Amino acid sequence: MIIEPYIEKQDINKATLWKDAKPLLSRLDIELTERCNNNCIHCSINLPADDLAAKERELSTEEIKNILKQAVSLDCMAVRFTGGEPLLREDFEELYIFARKLGLKVLLFTNATLITQRLAELFSHIPPLEKIEVTVYGMKKSSYEAITRVNGSFEAAWEGINLLLKKRIPFVVKEALLPSNKEEIEAFEEWAATIPWMDSPPSYSMFFDLRGRRDGAKNQLIRSLRLSSAEGLRILTRRKDKYIKEMKQFCSKFMRPAADRLFSCGAGYGGCVDAYGNFQPCMMLRHPDTVYNLREGSLKDALTNFFPKIREIKATNPDYLQRCAKCFLKGLCEQCPAKSWMEHGTLDTPVEYFCEIAHTQAKFLGLVKDGERAWEVEDWRKRISEFVDKPEAGVTSV
Amino acid sequence: MELNIDIDKAYMPSEDVVAREVQGEFIIVPIASGIGDLEDEIFTLNETGRAIWGKLDGRRSLKDIARDLSFEFEGSPDEIEKDVIGLAKELLKKRMLVETQ
Repeated sequence: MIIEPYIEKQDINKATLWKDAKPLLSRLDIELTERCNNNCIHCSINLPADDLAAKERELSTEEIKNILKQAVSLDCMAVRFTGGEPLLREDFEELYIFARKLGLKVLLFTNATLITQRLAELFSHIPPLEKIEVTVYGMKKSSYEAITRVNGSFEAAWEGINLLLKKRIPFVVKEALLPSNKEEIEAFEEWAATIPWMDSPPSYSMFFDLRGRRDGAKNQLIRSLRLSSAEGLRILTRRKDKYIKEMKQFCSKFMRPAADRLFSCGAGYGGCVDAYGNFQPCMMLRHPDTVYNLREGSLKDALTNFFPKIREIKATNPDYLQRCAKCFLKGLCEQCPAKSWMEHGTLDTPVEYFCEIAHTQAKFLGLVKDGERAWEVEDWRKRISEFVDKPEAGVTSV
Repeated sequence: MELNIDIDKAYMPSEDVVAREVQGEFIIVPIASGIGDLEDEIFTLNETGRAIWGKLDGRRSLKDIARDLSFEFEGSPDEIEKDVIGLAKELLKKRMLVETQ
């Protein structure tokens, strides 16, 4: 006798779950605060933990709950709580339980320093249903705290991580790669591999963003901490075969000039609520013309009326139109309206740093030749298909 | 472990889960730990399960629910009762259902 399964398990990340169209909002990002208990040298957002003016401007508990309820009404399935350090919010537990009881999965981005026994027990009793993502800044106190600039942060982070391990709360680690810790990469990966929930090697941030609010005092320091394109390539190609395999898949799908259309990414199909109630089309884009004030409107209005107009914005900067609009490395390059905003205060100014990184990778992959600029390459389709189709194609030594 | 289902008793959804209807799919999201085997799993109910779930209000017995459904759906009362008991067993096993009387 065959018994019909009345109830089936689904992995929401893999299953084609939706019978009808995809939800208007699949996942919502919320920056609970821009404040952080660390003071990382490379950070694009952090404000001091005791910045009372920032704290007073932040969304209230009830405002965040209201936004979460709106998200659920739009069939949202997951919320990412990020910051700043989201655990700095005194109402974090309340918001977390509220989100989970609405039937949302919660993805938490944290430095782990504020994970207490009580919080670990909460995550154990009410699991987030997404792996927590912990950013690690070093394997030694000296390297870690050279980045966080907070005495005791190393011990606090490891205490938090050990609590997660002890309570078997699924989490993964990632690292910001900086001068003080870049020689520890092997030790970091060796340790990361012992974490039961790490399905793949950790990811790294190394091409750091400038300050998202364009409060430029820190930008000179951030620029000095960025890896060069050659150093970045060396890191990216540490697992050369895997990198090339992934790039072949990527290039077969995403490499083509985008012409004057600025938004060829997923910005505006979801979005990120900043700590003060501004709904951004993505986590990085804070240009005032592209954000929607949720204190005076709704997620639905932003997603159905405001963001579609933003996505239609065309580039007008002649330099962008001459270069980026014609460049077939568009998919490979981090150039986007958000990066342009952070670097130049516009939406459509080429960012030389990202251009150089994209060209360095493209040269390695055999997509461009020495001295060539990708926007001048006419046979780019042929080059991509040669790279994708021929196993031995391209690839110069690093 | 064999779960004892009493058709004369009433059951209701556990507070450890949340049921949501999303884009035409009826899903059950675990709140407390131990509902699924993996941390990232949710559950979907088929059409039969969905109809039954909607009547598990903690007041009506499984027998009453089966009788109500026999007025709404085609199928013999025995088949419908078997479906109701089948789903209740699965839900109880997954701790998604609690007995109320």
